[in-house]
Amino acid sequence: MANQRREAAIVGIHEYPLRVVGPDVSAMHIKVESARKALEDAGLSWKDVDAVYDAGEGGLGGLEIADYFGFRPTVIDTTAVGGSSFEFQAAHAWRAIAAGKAKVALLTYGSTAHSQSRAIGTGGATGQGAPRPQSNMEDPWGLTLIAGYAMVKQRHMFQYHTTNEQFAEISVATRLHATRNPEAVKAMTDLAFVGTGEISIQDVLTSRMIADPLRLLECCMVSDGGGAVVIASRDVARNTKKRPVWIIGSGEATKYPENGGDITVSAGAQSGPIAFAEAGVRPGEIDIAMIYDSFTITVLAILEDMDFCKKGEGGAFVQGGRLKFNSGKKPALNTDGGGLSSNHPGMRGIFLLLEAARQLRGESHSQVPNARLAVATGNGGQLGSRHSTGAIILARD
Amino acid sequence: MTTQRVPRPQPRFPEPDTEPFWKATKDHKLTYQKCNDCNTVVFYPRRHCTKCGSANLAWHTSKGLGAVYTFSVVVQNRNPSFRDLGAYAVGYVDLDEGFRIMTNVVGVKNPSTDVKCGMRVKVKWEDQPGGEISLPLFEPA
Ligand SMILES: [Zn+2]
Repeated sequence: MANQRREAAIVGIHEYPLRVVGPDVSAMHIKVESARKALEDAGLSWKDVDAVYDAGEGGLGGLEIADYFGFRPTVIDTTAVGGSSFEFQAAHAWRAIAAGKAKVALLTYGSTAHSQSRAIGTGGATGQGAPRPQSNMEDPWGLTLIAGYAMVKQRHMFQYHTTNEQFAEISVATRLHATRNPEAVKAMTDLAFVGTGEISIQDVLTSRMIADPLRLLECCMVSDGGGAVVIASRDVARNTKKRPVWIIGSGEATKYPENGGDITVSAGAQSGPIAFAEAGVRPGEIDIAMIYDSFTITVLAILEDMDFCKKGEGGAFVQGGRLKFNSGKKPALNTDGGGLSSNHPGMRGIFLLLEAARQLRGESHSQVPNARLAVATGNGGQLGSRHSTGAIILARD
Repeated sequence: MTTQRVPRPQPRFPEPDTEPFWKATKDHKLTYQKCNDCNTVVFYPRRHCTKCGSANLAWHTSKGLGAVYTFSVVVQNRNPSFRDLGAYAVGYVDLDEGFRIMTNVVGVKNPSTDVKCGMRVKVKWEDQPGGEISLPLFEPA
Protein backbone atom coordinates (compact mmCIF):
# COMPACT_ATOMS: atom_id res chain seq x y z
CA MET A 1 0.00 0.00 0.00
CA ALA A 2 1.55 3.24 -1.13
CA ASN A 3 2.31 5.87 1.46
CA GLN A 4 -0.78 8.09 1.67
CA ARG A 5 0.94 10.98 3.41
CA ARG A 6 0.47 13.99 1.17
CA GLU A 7 2.74 16.56 2.78
CA ALA A 8 4.67 18.01 -0.14
CA ALA A 9 4.42 17.89 -3.92
CA ILE A 10 6.30 19.03 -6.97
CA VAL A 11 4.01 21.76 -8.27
CA GLY A 12 6.20 23.68 -10.70
CA ILE A 13 8.90 22.61 -13.15
CA HIS A 14 11.04 24.12 -15.86
CA GLU A 15 13.86 22.73 -17.94
CA TYR A 16 16.11 25.33 -19.56
CA PRO A 17 15.74 24.49 -23.26
CA LEU A 18 19.24 25.24 -24.59
CA ARG A 19 22.30 22.99 -24.25
CA VAL A 20 24.67 25.54 -25.79
CA VAL A 21 24.04 28.97 -24.32
CA GLY A 22 26.71 31.34 -25.64
CA PRO A 23 29.02 33.69 -23.79
CA ASP A 24 26.50 36.19 -22.39
CA VAL A 25 24.57 33.65 -20.30
CA SER A 26 25.85 32.61 -16.85
CA ALA A 27 24.95 29.66 -14.68
CA MET A 28 23.09 32.05 -12.37
CA HIS A 29 21.07 33.43 -15.33
CA ILE A 30 19.95 29.87 -16.11
CA LYS A 31 18.95 29.34 -12.48
CA VAL A 32 16.94 32.57 -12.29
CA GLU A 33 15.14 32.10 -15.61
CA SER A 34 14.29 28.51 -14.70
CA ALA A 35 13.02 29.64 -11.28
CA ARG A 36 10.75 32.29 -12.83
CA LYS A 37 9.26 29.82 -15.31
CA ALA A 38 8.84 27.01 -12.77
CA LEU A 39 6.98 29.42 -10.47
CA GLU A 40 4.80 30.49 -13.43
CA ASP A 41 4.15 26.82 -14.19
CA ALA A 42 2.86 26.44 -10.64
CA GLY A 43 0.92 29.70 -10.62
CA LEU A 44 3.11 30.99 -7.81
CA SER A 45 5.23 34.13 -7.61
CA TRP A 46 8.73 35.23 -6.63
CA LYS A 47 7.58 36.42 -3.19
CA ASP A 48 6.01 33.05 -2.32
CA VAL A 49 9.40 31.32 -2.04
CA ASP A 50 10.38 30.75 1.59
CA ALA A 51 12.92 27.91 1.23
CA VAL A 52 15.87 27.83 -1.17
CA TYR A 53 18.15 24.96 -2.12
CA ASP A 54 21.46 25.38 -3.90
CA ALA A 55 24.37 23.13 -4.83
CA GLY A 56 26.86 25.98 -5.12
CA GLU A 57 27.16 26.60 -8.86
CA GLY A 58 27.64 30.34 -8.31
CA GLY A 59 30.75 29.77 -6.24
CA LEU A 60 29.82 31.54 -3.00
CA GLY A 61 27.81 28.68 -1.53
CA GLY A 62 25.05 29.51 0.91
CA LEU A 63 25.90 33.20 1.04
CA GLU A 64 25.01 33.71 -2.59
CA ILE A 65 21.73 32.07 -3.35
CA ALA A 66 19.27 34.33 -1.51
CA ASP A 67 21.43 37.38 -2.23
CA TYR A 68 21.53 36.99 -6.02
CA PHE A 69 17.87 36.03 -6.36
CA GLY A 70 16.73 38.69 -3.87
CA PHE A 71 14.89 36.27 -1.61
CA ARG A 72 14.51 36.37 2.17
CA PRO A 73 14.03 32.66 2.85
CA THR A 74 13.62 31.10 6.29
CA VAL A 75 15.08 27.76 5.16
CA ILE A 76 18.43 27.66 3.33
CA ASP A 77 19.95 24.33 2.33
CA THR A 78 23.23 24.10 0.45
CA THR A 79 23.59 20.34 0.20
CA ALA A 80 26.18 19.67 -2.51
CA VAL A 81 26.87 16.00 -3.21
CA GLY A 82 27.45 16.27 -6.95
CA GLY A 83 24.86 15.10 -9.48
CA SER A 84 22.55 13.72 -6.82
CA SER A 85 22.33 17.02 -4.91
CA PHE A 86 18.78 17.66 -6.13
CA GLU A 87 17.40 14.35 -4.86
CA PHE A 88 18.96 15.07 -1.47
CA GLN A 89 17.55 18.60 -1.59
CA ALA A 90 14.07 17.37 -2.56
CA ALA A 91 14.16 15.05 0.44
CA HIS A 92 15.15 17.95 2.67
CA ALA A 93 12.45 20.20 1.20
CA TRP A 94 9.84 17.53 1.90
CA ARG A 95 11.02 17.28 5.50
CA ALA A 96 11.14 21.06 5.99
CA ILE A 97 7.60 21.42 4.61
CA ALA A 98 6.29 18.47 6.64
CA ALA A 99 7.78 20.08 9.76
CA GLY A 100 5.96 23.32 9.00
CA LYS A 101 9.20 25.26 8.43
CA ALA A 102 8.37 26.23 4.84
CA LYS A 103 5.54 26.25 2.30
CA VAL A 104 7.23 26.87 -1.07
CA ALA A 105 10.68 25.41 -1.71
CA LEU A 106 12.74 26.27 -4.79
CA LEU A 107 15.48 24.04 -6.22
CA THR A 108 17.50 25.47 -9.12
CA TYR A 109 20.39 24.38 -11.27
CA GLY A 110 22.47 26.13 -13.91
CA SER A 111 25.68 25.23 -15.68
CA THR A 112 27.71 26.38 -18.66
CA ALA A 113 30.01 23.35 -18.61
CA HIS A 114 29.99 23.02 -22.39
CA SER A 115 30.60 26.69 -23.13
CA GLN A 116 33.51 26.72 -20.67
CA SER A 117 34.94 23.64 -22.45
CA ARG A 118 35.32 21.76 -19.23
CA ALA A 119 36.98 18.40 -19.96
CA ILE A 120 34.78 16.70 -17.39
CA GLY A 121 35.18 13.15 -18.55
CA THR A 122 38.66 12.99 -19.97
CA GLY A 123 40.51 15.70 -18.05
CA GLY A 124 41.77 13.46 -15.27
CA ALA A 125 43.30 14.66 -12.03
CA THR A 126 44.66 18.15 -12.23
CA GLY A 127 47.10 18.21 -9.34
CA GLN A 128 45.53 21.60 -8.54
CA GLY A 129 43.83 22.93 -5.43
CA ALA A 130 44.77 22.28 -1.82
CA PRO A 131 46.29 18.83 -1.32
CA ARG A 132 44.00 16.29 0.36
CA PRO A 133 44.79 12.75 1.46
CA GLN A 134 42.54 11.40 -1.30
CA SER A 135 44.10 13.49 -4.07
CA ASN A 136 47.61 12.63 -2.92
CA MET A 137 46.81 8.92 -3.23
CA GLU A 138 44.88 9.19 -6.53
CA ASP A 139 46.31 12.02 -8.65
CA PRO A 140 49.48 10.29 -9.89
CA TRP A 141 47.75 7.46 -11.74
CA GLY A 142 45.98 9.25 -14.58
CA LEU A 143 42.50 8.16 -13.57
CA THR A 144 40.03 10.05 -15.77
CA LEU A 145 36.45 10.39 -14.62
CA ILE A 146 35.34 7.98 -17.34
CA ALA A 147 37.99 5.44 -16.33
CA GLY A 148 36.60 5.55 -12.80
CA TYR A 149 33.23 4.33 -14.11
CA ALA A 150 34.91 1.94 -16.56
CA MET A 151 36.55 0.19 -13.58
CA VAL A 152 33.11 -0.52 -12.17
CA LYS A 153 31.90 -1.89 -15.51
CA GLN A 154 35.04 -4.03 -15.82
CA ARG A 155 34.47 -5.59 -12.42
CA HIS A 156 30.75 -6.11 -13.13
CA MET A 157 31.62 -7.96 -16.35
CA PHE A 158 34.21 -10.07 -14.48
CA GLN A 159 32.01 -10.86 -11.51
CA TYR A 160 28.67 -11.42 -13.28
CA HIS A 161 29.61 -12.06 -16.93
CA THR A 162 27.54 -9.07 -17.98
CA THR A 163 28.06 -8.39 -21.70
CA ASN A 164 28.71 -5.24 -23.71
CA GLU A 165 25.51 -6.03 -25.65
CA GLN A 166 23.53 -5.88 -22.41
CA PHE A 167 25.07 -2.57 -21.38
CA ALA A 168 24.30 -1.20 -24.87
CA GLU A 169 20.56 -1.77 -24.31
CA ILE A 170 20.63 1.22 -21.97
CA SER A 171 22.11 3.51 -24.64
CA VAL A 172 19.68 2.25 -27.29
CA ALA A 173 16.51 2.77 -25.19
CA THR A 174 17.65 6.19 -24.03
CA ARG A 175 18.41 7.33 -27.59
CA LEU A 176 14.95 6.25 -28.74
CA HIS A 177 13.49 8.56 -26.12
CA ALA A 178 15.81 11.39 -27.13
CA THR A 179 14.70 11.19 -30.77
CA ARG A 180 11.15 11.93 -29.58
CA ASN A 181 12.20 14.97 -27.50
CA PRO A 182 12.77 18.08 -29.69
CA GLU A 183 15.08 19.68 -27.09
CA ALA A 184 17.23 16.54 -27.02
CA VAL A 185 17.38 16.43 -30.82
CA LYS A 186 18.47 20.06 -30.85
CA ALA A 187 21.05 19.27 -28.16
CA MET A 188 22.55 16.42 -30.18
CA THR A 189 22.57 18.66 -33.26
CA ASP A 190 24.14 21.64 -31.47
CA LEU A 191 26.76 19.40 -29.85
CA ALA A 192 27.63 17.89 -33.25
CA PHE A 193 26.68 14.28 -32.54
CA VAL A 194 27.60 12.03 -35.49
CA GLY A 195 23.93 11.09 -35.79
CA THR A 196 20.79 12.22 -33.98
CA GLY A 197 18.58 9.28 -34.92
CA GLU A 198 18.02 5.94 -33.25
CA ILE A 199 21.06 3.75 -32.63
CA SER A 200 21.51 -0.01 -32.60
CA ILE A 201 23.36 -2.23 -30.17
CA GLN A 202 25.96 -2.69 -32.91
CA ASP A 203 26.41 1.11 -33.14
CA VAL A 204 27.25 1.19 -29.43
CA LEU A 205 29.66 -1.75 -29.69
CA THR A 206 31.56 -0.16 -32.58
CA SER A 207 31.70 3.39 -31.25
CA ARG A 208 35.09 4.77 -30.22
CA MET A 209 36.71 3.35 -27.09
CA ILE A 210 37.26 6.09 -24.48
CA ALA A 211 38.30 4.17 -21.37
CA ASP A 212 38.12 0.41 -21.84
CA PRO A 213 35.51 -1.07 -21.41
CA LEU A 214 33.45 2.13 -21.86
CA ARG A 215 32.80 3.33 -25.41
CA LEU A 216 31.63 6.73 -26.63
CA LEU A 217 27.92 5.84 -26.92
CA GLU A 218 27.92 4.64 -23.29
CA CYS A 219 29.07 8.06 -22.05
CA CYS A 220 26.94 11.12 -21.33
CA MET A 221 27.42 14.34 -23.23
CA VAL A 222 28.83 17.56 -21.79
CA SER A 223 26.27 20.32 -22.34
CA ASP A 224 25.11 23.57 -20.83
CA GLY A 225 21.73 23.71 -19.18
CA GLY A 226 19.72 23.76 -16.01
CA GLY A 227 16.27 23.86 -14.57
CA ALA A 228 14.10 24.45 -11.53
CA VAL A 229 11.68 22.52 -9.34
CA VAL A 230 9.11 24.06 -7.01
CA ILE A 231 8.01 21.86 -4.10
CA ALA A 232 5.04 23.05 -2.06
CA SER A 233 2.98 22.10 0.96
CA ARG A 234 -0.36 20.30 0.60
CA ASP A 235 -2.28 23.54 1.23
CA VAL A 236 -0.38 25.40 -1.47
CA ALA A 237 -0.55 22.41 -3.85
CA ARG A 238 -4.36 22.50 -3.72
CA ASN A 239 -4.37 25.79 -5.60
CA THR A 240 -1.52 25.41 -8.06
CA LYS A 241 -2.13 25.16 -11.82
CA LYS A 242 -0.93 21.62 -12.54
CA ARG A 243 -1.63 18.22 -11.06
CA PRO A 244 0.58 17.82 -7.94
CA VAL A 245 3.29 15.15 -7.97
CA TRP A 246 3.64 13.94 -4.40
CA ILE A 247 6.91 12.95 -2.74
CA ILE A 248 6.18 9.70 -0.92
CA GLY A 249 9.63 8.31 -0.15
CA SER A 250 13.26 9.35 0.01
CA GLY A 251 16.65 7.86 0.73
CA GLU A 252 20.12 9.36 0.96
CA ALA A 253 23.51 7.65 1.10
CA THR A 254 27.16 7.97 0.15
CA LYS A 255 29.71 5.27 -0.57
CA TYR A 256 33.51 5.33 -0.82
CA PRO A 257 36.41 3.02 -1.61
CA GLU A 258 36.91 0.43 1.09
CA ASN A 259 39.51 -2.25 1.54
CA GLY A 260 37.81 -5.43 0.36
CA GLY A 261 34.67 -3.56 -0.74
CA ASP A 262 32.51 -4.44 -3.76
CA ILE A 263 32.88 -1.67 -6.33
CA THR A 264 29.84 -2.89 -8.31
CA VAL A 265 27.54 -1.89 -5.44
CA SER A 266 26.47 1.76 -5.41
CA ALA A 267 25.24 3.85 -2.49
CA GLY A 268 21.78 3.09 -3.91
CA ALA A 269 21.94 -0.26 -2.12
CA GLN A 270 21.58 1.78 1.08
CA SER A 271 19.31 4.62 -0.03
CA GLY A 272 17.03 2.67 -2.39
CA PRO A 273 15.48 0.25 0.10
CA ILE A 274 14.97 3.09 2.60
CA ALA A 275 13.07 5.10 -0.02
CA PHE A 276 10.92 2.16 -1.13
CA ALA A 277 10.11 1.15 2.44
CA GLU A 278 9.02 4.68 3.28
CA ALA A 279 6.92 4.94 0.10
CA GLY A 280 5.31 1.58 0.73
CA VAL A 281 5.77 0.49 -2.87
CA ARG A 282 7.84 -2.23 -4.53
CA PRO A 283 10.31 -1.62 -7.35
CA GLY A 284 8.15 -3.80 -9.62
CA GLU A 285 5.31 -1.26 -9.32
CA ILE A 286 7.40 1.65 -10.61
CA ASP A 287 6.28 2.91 -14.03
CA ILE A 288 9.11 5.37 -14.64
CA ALA A 289 12.73 4.93 -13.54
CA MET A 290 14.70 8.15 -13.91
CA ILE A 291 18.18 6.89 -13.10
CA TYR A 292 21.30 8.98 -13.45
CA ASP A 293 22.89 7.85 -16.72
CA SER A 294 26.33 9.35 -16.55
CA PHE A 295 27.34 6.02 -18.12
CA THR A 296 25.60 2.74 -18.87
CA ILE A 297 27.16 1.10 -15.82
CA THR A 298 25.66 3.71 -13.50
CA VAL A 299 22.15 2.73 -14.60
CA LEU A 300 22.79 -1.01 -14.47
CA ALA A 301 24.33 -0.92 -10.99
CA ILE A 302 21.57 1.28 -9.59
CA LEU A 303 18.75 -0.81 -11.12
CA GLU A 304 20.21 -3.80 -9.28
CA ASP A 305 20.91 -1.93 -6.05
CA MET A 306 17.34 -0.57 -5.93
CA ASP A 307 16.08 -4.16 -6.25
CA PHE A 308 14.51 -3.88 -9.70
CA CYS A 309 16.35 -7.20 -10.10
CA LYS A 310 18.89 -9.21 -8.10
CA LYS A 311 22.50 -8.04 -7.87
CA GLY A 312 24.37 -9.29 -10.92
CA GLU A 313 21.22 -9.91 -12.97
CA GLY A 314 20.95 -6.39 -14.39
CA GLY A 315 22.30 -7.49 -17.76
CA ALA A 316 19.53 -10.02 -18.29
CA PHE A 317 16.97 -7.58 -16.85
CA VAL A 318 17.61 -4.84 -19.42
CA GLN A 319 17.74 -7.19 -22.44
CA GLY A 320 15.21 -7.19 -25.25
CA GLY A 321 14.40 -3.48 -25.21
CA ARG A 322 12.63 -3.69 -21.87
CA LEU A 323 13.54 -0.13 -20.84
CA LYS A 324 11.85 1.55 -23.84
CA PHE A 325 8.75 3.62 -23.02
CA ASN A 326 6.60 1.45 -25.30
CA SER A 327 7.92 -2.00 -24.32
CA GLY A 328 4.83 -2.78 -22.28
CA LYS A 329 7.05 -3.71 -19.34
CA LYS A 330 8.03 -1.74 -16.27
CA PRO A 331 9.98 0.41 -15.74
CA ALA A 332 10.53 2.82 -18.63
CA LEU A 333 13.99 4.36 -18.29
CA ASN A 334 14.99 8.01 -18.72
CA THR A 335 12.16 8.93 -21.05
CA ASP A 336 13.58 12.42 -21.72
CA GLY A 337 16.65 11.03 -23.48
CA GLY A 338 18.87 11.05 -20.42
CA GLY A 339 22.38 12.30 -19.96
CA LEU A 340 23.41 10.00 -22.77
CA SER A 341 21.32 11.80 -25.39
CA SER A 342 19.52 14.89 -24.00
CA ASN A 343 21.65 16.87 -21.58
CA HIS A 344 24.40 16.58 -19.02
CA PRO A 345 25.74 19.89 -17.75
CA GLY A 346 27.64 18.20 -14.89
CA MET A 347 24.95 17.55 -12.27
CA ARG A 348 21.97 15.87 -13.92
CA GLY A 349 19.91 15.10 -10.83
CA ILE A 350 17.39 17.91 -11.33
CA PHE A 351 16.38 16.56 -14.74
CA LEU A 352 15.42 13.25 -13.15
CA LEU A 353 12.86 15.07 -10.99
CA LEU A 354 11.66 17.15 -13.96
CA GLU A 355 10.97 14.24 -16.31
CA ALA A 356 9.48 12.10 -13.53
CA ALA A 357 7.06 14.97 -12.83
CA ARG A 358 6.25 15.36 -16.55
CA GLN A 359 5.42 11.65 -16.77
CA LEU A 360 3.14 11.74 -13.73
CA ARG A 361 1.42 14.83 -15.17
CA GLY A 362 1.05 13.16 -18.58
CA GLU A 363 3.33 15.69 -20.33
CA SER A 364 6.28 13.60 -21.55
CA HIS A 365 7.30 13.28 -25.20
CA SER A 366 7.54 9.54 -24.54
CA GLN A 367 4.52 9.29 -22.31
CA VAL A 368 3.84 5.99 -20.60
CA PRO A 369 0.03 5.67 -20.50
CA ASN A 370 -1.38 6.17 -17.02
CA ALA A 371 2.01 6.41 -15.31
CA ARG A 372 1.34 6.62 -11.57
CA LEU A 373 4.64 5.94 -9.80
CA ALA A 374 8.16 7.14 -10.58
CA VAL A 375 11.54 7.04 -8.96
CA ALA A 376 14.29 9.62 -9.46
CA THR A 377 17.66 8.24 -8.43
CA GLY A 378 20.62 10.57 -8.68
CA ASN A 379 24.28 9.70 -8.53
CA GLY A 380 26.99 12.22 -7.78
CA GLY A 381 30.75 12.18 -7.40
CA GLN A 382 32.31 9.16 -9.08
CA LEU A 383 30.72 5.73 -9.02
CA GLY A 384 34.08 3.96 -8.75
CA SER A 385 35.22 5.97 -5.76
CA ARG A 386 33.33 8.32 -3.43
CA HIS A 387 29.80 9.02 -4.58
CA SER A 388 26.27 9.83 -3.47
CA THR A 389 23.01 8.16 -4.44
CA GLY A 390 19.77 9.87 -3.49
CA ALA A 391 16.36 8.40 -4.33
CA ILE A 392 12.99 10.16 -4.47
CA ILE A 393 9.78 8.23 -5.04
CA LEU A 394 6.95 10.19 -6.61
CA ALA A 395 3.23 9.49 -6.99
CA ARG A 396 0.27 11.19 -8.63
CA ASP A 397 -3.16 11.28 -7.07
CA MET B 1 55.68 4.67 -18.87
CA THR B 2 59.18 6.22 -18.81
CA THR B 3 59.06 8.31 -21.99
CA GLN B 4 56.64 10.96 -20.74
CA ARG B 5 57.91 14.54 -20.88
CA VAL B 6 55.50 16.28 -18.51
CA PRO B 7 55.81 14.66 -15.05
CA ARG B 8 52.72 13.03 -13.57
CA PRO B 9 50.73 14.97 -10.99
CA GLN B 10 52.71 14.44 -7.78
CA PRO B 11 51.49 14.17 -4.21
CA ARG B 12 51.81 17.60 -2.64
CA PHE B 13 52.83 18.65 0.85
CA PRO B 14 52.22 19.69 3.54
CA GLU B 15 49.50 17.04 3.76
CA PRO B 16 49.91 15.40 7.15
CA ASP B 17 47.89 12.20 6.55
CA THR B 18 49.79 10.88 3.55
CA GLU B 19 53.23 12.39 4.12
CA PRO B 20 54.60 9.34 6.05
CA PHE B 21 53.44 7.02 3.25
CA TRP B 22 55.18 9.04 0.57
CA LYS B 23 58.37 9.52 2.63
CA ALA B 24 58.69 5.72 2.87
CA THR B 25 58.42 5.35 -0.90
CA LYS B 26 61.83 7.00 -1.25
CA ASP B 27 63.25 3.76 0.22
CA HIS B 28 60.85 1.67 -1.91
CA LYS B 29 58.74 0.76 1.11
CA LEU B 30 55.01 0.29 0.55
CA THR B 31 53.43 1.12 3.90
CA TYR B 32 49.94 0.90 5.39
CA GLN B 33 48.36 1.38 8.79
CA LYS B 34 46.67 -1.00 11.18
CA CYS B 35 44.65 -0.25 14.29
CA ASN B 36 46.32 -1.50 17.48
CA ASP B 37 42.94 -1.68 19.20
CA CYS B 38 40.78 -3.56 16.68
CA ASN B 39 43.23 -4.80 14.03
CA THR B 40 41.44 -3.00 11.16
CA VAL B 41 43.65 -2.16 8.17
CA VAL B 42 43.41 1.56 7.39
CA PHE B 43 44.18 2.83 3.88
CA TYR B 44 44.40 5.56 2.53
CA PRO B 45 46.47 6.87 5.45
CA ARG B 46 44.70 8.74 8.22
CA ARG B 47 45.20 9.44 11.93
CA HIS B 48 42.21 7.45 13.11
CA CYS B 49 40.82 3.96 12.69
CA THR B 50 37.84 4.02 10.31
CA LYS B 51 36.18 1.13 12.17
CA CYS B 52 36.51 2.16 15.83
CA GLY B 53 37.71 5.76 15.81
CA SER B 54 40.88 4.98 17.74
CA ALA B 55 43.96 7.15 17.24
CA ASN B 56 46.17 4.19 18.12
CA LEU B 57 47.45 3.21 14.66
CA ALA B 58 50.77 1.65 13.67
CA TRP B 59 52.59 1.70 10.33
CA HIS B 60 53.50 -1.62 8.65
CA THR B 61 55.37 -2.47 5.46
CA SER B 62 53.71 -4.53 2.75
CA LYS B 63 55.47 -7.28 0.83
CA GLY B 64 54.14 -5.60 -2.33
CA LEU B 65 52.26 -8.66 -3.57
CA GLY B 66 48.58 -8.69 -4.49
CA ALA B 67 45.94 -9.09 -7.17
CA VAL B 68 44.29 -6.71 -9.62
CA TYR B 69 40.79 -5.93 -8.28
CA THR B 70 39.63 -3.94 -11.29
CA PHE B 71 41.06 -1.57 -13.89
CA SER B 72 40.35 0.51 -16.96
CA VAL B 73 42.56 1.09 -19.96
CA VAL B 74 42.57 4.80 -20.63
CA VAL B 75 42.64 5.61 -24.32
CA GLN B 76 41.88 9.33 -24.12
CA ASN B 77 43.26 11.67 -21.45
CA ARG B 78 43.54 15.38 -22.13
CA ASN B 79 45.89 15.97 -19.18
CA PRO B 80 49.34 16.74 -20.67
CA SER B 81 51.04 14.33 -18.25
CA PHE B 82 49.16 11.40 -19.77
CA ARG B 83 48.08 12.60 -23.23
CA ASP B 84 51.02 11.10 -25.12
CA LEU B 85 51.40 7.87 -23.13
CA GLY B 86 49.29 5.66 -25.34
CA ALA B 87 46.81 3.31 -23.71
CA TYR B 88 47.60 2.66 -20.05
CA ALA B 89 45.92 0.64 -17.30
CA VAL B 90 44.75 2.40 -14.14
CA GLY B 91 43.02 0.42 -11.44
CA TYR B 92 42.89 -0.91 -7.92
CA VAL B 93 45.22 -3.59 -6.58
CA ASP B 94 44.30 -5.56 -3.44
CA LEU B 95 47.48 -6.17 -1.45
CA ASP B 96 47.79 -9.46 0.42
CA GLU B 97 47.89 -7.53 3.71
CA GLY B 98 44.30 -6.38 3.12
CA PHE B 99 44.47 -2.90 1.67
CA ARG B 100 43.40 -1.60 -1.75
CA ILE B 101 45.54 0.93 -3.60
CA MET B 102 44.96 2.88 -6.80
CA THR B 103 47.84 2.39 -9.19
CA ASN B 104 48.92 1.61 -12.75
CA VAL B 105 49.40 -1.93 -14.00
CA VAL B 106 52.46 -1.96 -16.26
CA GLY B 107 54.85 -4.47 -17.79
CA VAL B 108 52.38 -5.95 -20.28
CA LYS B 109 52.35 -5.69 -24.07
CA ASN B 110 48.72 -4.72 -24.54
CA PRO B 111 46.91 -3.60 -21.38
CA SER B 112 43.45 -4.15 -22.93
CA THR B 113 44.07 -7.88 -23.41
CA ASP B 114 46.88 -8.67 -20.98
CA VAL B 115 45.55 -7.24 -17.71
CA LYS B 116 42.77 -9.23 -15.99
CA CYS B 117 40.80 -8.90 -12.78
CA GLY B 118 42.29 -11.30 -10.26
CA MET B 119 45.73 -11.31 -11.91
CA ARG B 120 48.64 -11.63 -9.44
CA VAL B 121 50.93 -8.61 -9.42
CA LYS B 122 53.98 -7.26 -7.59
CA VAL B 123 55.10 -3.73 -6.90
CA LYS B 124 57.49 -1.98 -9.31
CA TRP B 125 58.86 1.38 -8.19
CA GLU B 126 59.08 4.38 -10.49
CA ASP B 127 61.38 7.02 -8.99
CA GLN B 128 60.13 10.54 -9.62
CA PRO B 129 62.08 13.62 -10.74
CA GLY B 130 63.74 15.22 -7.71
CA GLY B 131 64.34 11.84 -6.06
CA GLU B 132 62.17 12.49 -3.00
CA ILE B 133 59.38 10.03 -3.79
CA SER B 134 58.80 6.91 -5.83
CA LEU B 135 55.48 5.72 -7.27
CA PRO B 136 54.35 2.15 -6.56
CA LEU B 137 53.27 0.69 -9.91
CA PHE B 138 52.42 -2.99 -10.31
CA GLU B 139 53.49 -5.59 -12.88
CA PRO B 140 52.62 -9.27 -13.36
CA ALA B 141 54.06 -11.31 -10.48
ZN1 LIG C 1 40.14 0.27 15.33
